[in-house]
Amino acid sequence: MDSLLNKDRPPVFCPGCSHKRITTALDKAFRNMGLKGNEVGIVSDIGCSGLFDTFFHTHALHGLHGRALTYAAGIKLARPELKVVVTMGDGGQGIGGAHLLAACRRNLDLTLLILNNFNFGMTGGQFSATTPPDAQVGSRFLNQLERPLDVCQVARSAGAPYVTRCSSYRKDLAAIIEQAIRFEGFSIIDMWGICPGRYTRSNKLTPKMIEASLGQLPPLEGVVAENARPEYGRRYRELAARQHPAAEPVKIEKKFDPPQIGRREVTLLGSAGQRILTAGEILCLAGLSAGLKATQKNDYNITVLRGPSISELVLSTEEIGFTGIDKPDVIIALSQEGIDRRKSLFGSIDQDTLIIQIPGVTLPPSQATIHTVNFKSSGIRSSDWATAALVILAKSNTVLTLQMLNAALEARFSDKSLSAAKDLVEKVKDSL
Amino acid sequence: MALSFMEGNEAIAWGALEAGCRFFAGYPITPATTILNTMLKILPPKGGICLQGEDEIASIGFCLGASMAGMKAMTATSGPGISLYSEQISFAVGSEIPIVIVDVQRLGPSTGSATRGADGDINFLRWGNSGGLPVIVLTPADVNDCFYLTLQAFNLAEEFRCPVFIASNKEVGMTRESIDLAAIERPAIIDRTPPPSGEAFVPFKISAGRTVPYFQPIGDTVLVRQTSSTHGPEGYITIDPDQIAANQNRLMRKLHTAVDRFSFFDSYLENSDTMILTYGVTTRAAQVAADVLKNEGRPVSLLVLKTLWPVPVNLIQKKAQKASRVVVIEMNLGQYVNEITRVLAGKRVDFYGQMDGRLITPKQIKEAVVNG
Repeated sequence: MDSLLNKDRPPVFCPGCSHKRITTALDKAFRNMGLKGNEVGIVSDIGCSGLFDTFFHTHALHGLHGRALTYAAGIKLARPELKVVVTMGDGGQGIGGAHLLAACRRNLDLTLLILNNFNFGMTGGQFSATTPPDAQVGSRFLNQLERPLDVCQVARSAGAPYVTRCSSYRKDLAAIIEQAIRFEGFSIIDMWGICPGRYTRSNKLTPKMIEASLGQLPPLEGVVAENARPEYGRRYRELAARQHPAAEPVKIEKKFDPPQIGRREVTLLGSAGQRILTAGEILCLAGLSAGLKATQKNDYNITVLRGPSISELVLSTEEIGFTGIDKPDVIIALSQEGIDRRKSLFGSIDQDTLIIQIPGVTLPPSQATIHTVNFKSSGIRSSDWATAALVILAKSNTVLTLQMLNAALEARFSDKSLSAAKDLVEKVKDSL
Repeated sequence: MALSFMEGNEAIAWGALEAGCRFFAGYPITPATTILNTMLKILPPKGGICLQGEDEIASIGFCLGASMAGMKAMTATSGPGISLYSEQISFAVGSEIPIVIVDVQRLGPSTGSATRGADGDINFLRWGNSGGLPVIVLTPADVNDCFYLTLQAFNLAEEFRCPVFIASNKEVGMTRESIDLAAIERPAIIDRTPPPSGEAFVPFKISAGRTVPYFQPIGDTVLVRQTSSTHGPEGYITIDPDQIAANQNRLMRKLHTAVDRFSFFDSYLENSDTMILTYGVTTRAAQVAADVLKNEGRPVSLLVLKTLWPVPVNLIQKKAQKASRVVVIEMNLGQYVNEITRVLAGKRVDFYGQMDGRLITPKQIKEAVVNG
């Protein structure tokens, strides 16, 4: 097979740079695999390793520092048949740490070559995540304070199913790369090398010394048995194929006439857990069944099962402009914290406003017509109070009718929850 | 007529699907999360891909990779996520990667208030990329706009190969509303353009009569090079100042000279001496205020911008022709008003804004107009 090296753009590494050896070995691996240029995508980031994509006649994407794995993931998922090789230095490994961990956990079929030469070559030899503390580098004393990262151990703990640590001077480097590319899943090769432009100007490091240092570490040569599992892309497609198609948005036809013409505003004041938002949705769906326009603007805290929950509903025979409410036709007041959140509302209302409240809450003074209902003593759970209050409105054809309410429940619920909702309607109709 | 009831966020997701979006990646963040939820529900069964990234940087990175591999891609977040997207946005601008980015704005600065709305990112979206080249920003006022402008956003991203933002707001994105999906007018769907047969593909070459390079996907037969570096036509780094200048100028020109074609707007009562100018959710209160003023015998014009960037200069100048005073209303402390002051030099431009998590009311707008 032909070389995939770009003859117009030969490598421009410093004399003696181990990246040159990796370039040659990568090309040899491609050739041994019989790969054509359009069957390979090289994704690189910033620094000397970021030059790699230009040396090859393949698909190429050169992006931001440390983010190469993110583009590679998008490319690989969109083009599962493409062999995607990512090159990154020890710098990219450090700044892109979150992506590296996620790639190990995900196990998408990418091959990551970490060109590890223990410093930032291009920017002046600053310390990286792999710089030894006793090295002399361009960061003065800072590297003495941090412990170098063994990316292979990290990758292994994070779930990478294929991890190799090796010297860039290995004679069988091409075969090592080929095996990693052939592996179906996320494969990493941590390739230790020499940066003559920066690192070895102040530090002694030879291929022999690299070999000796590697010999002192637990060997990692490829498959990590405990992390073996199906490849992400394949698994994604399997699981996705089993998902049921999403239901199209429910469409509600106009079946009834609305009880009033114009704009009606309802404010629900309650707490998380009282299903305030669901009741608001039901009221709006009821409006739709009478051909009304509807908006539902909600207000709640970032807490989930605690805190006030407010829903502001507008139903109108006309297009709805402003979605806020400052003088509601109806207030349904079901908790003190909900009332307190909208204290200012009560200053603006008059006798035209109907308030449905539970006993035991204190409302700010107002001219409104107040109707107190004890849902609790009728055996209704607090999570049903808001919907029960809608039944009370519907009984008097205020904002909605019972027909509209039933149509809404049928649109919103099915099976058991529908019959429970209908039971609630009957109960409130008869007893309250 | 049959109505559905959905959030602006859901409408964006359904619009994206209809536009041909088959790749979405996002990271959970209120008030944008329901876009991720909806895409996760609707995309995978359609053969599409929806991912939750390890962070925002990854989410948009996945999208850029997938877009370069030929898929229509979208991501969604709120202000804090846009901050993290910033470097990738610059990449998409400079390297012409089509992508739709939804910003469901929350009250800032910083993590701010997750469940409160604002329009505080309007200038950030335009200027939050290194290099300062233009992007497209569309602003929906309601659930209909969310659907319709998403279709347009994809079309623009495909045609111009650039990031297109949908600057939504908690008050649009998370407000549920009745929508007649069947009644919404659809633009024809646009796809990125491959070179005509017989013309060799060169990644960033500009063919005669065009301002945008042809597109071929990574992974197809023809080799494609993409790079975040300053590049020449072949996609290799260049240091030739003439080549660089030509490219930078084109990146600006391709949007600035075309904005008249995508200046989306609504306008009412165009001939009054006073004109209200606004965008986003505030539009709705402004319409009510304009109706009230008309009924009181003090009619004002109203211009609602749905394309904010590039600034639709010609549209604004035309609509403001009869007005001697323009009142700009924004859900922030004054951002876009600076563009209006620039574009309408010589007219009196007043500003009214609020940034406290509450909607600006029709009454406030009326007072700003009457008492200003």
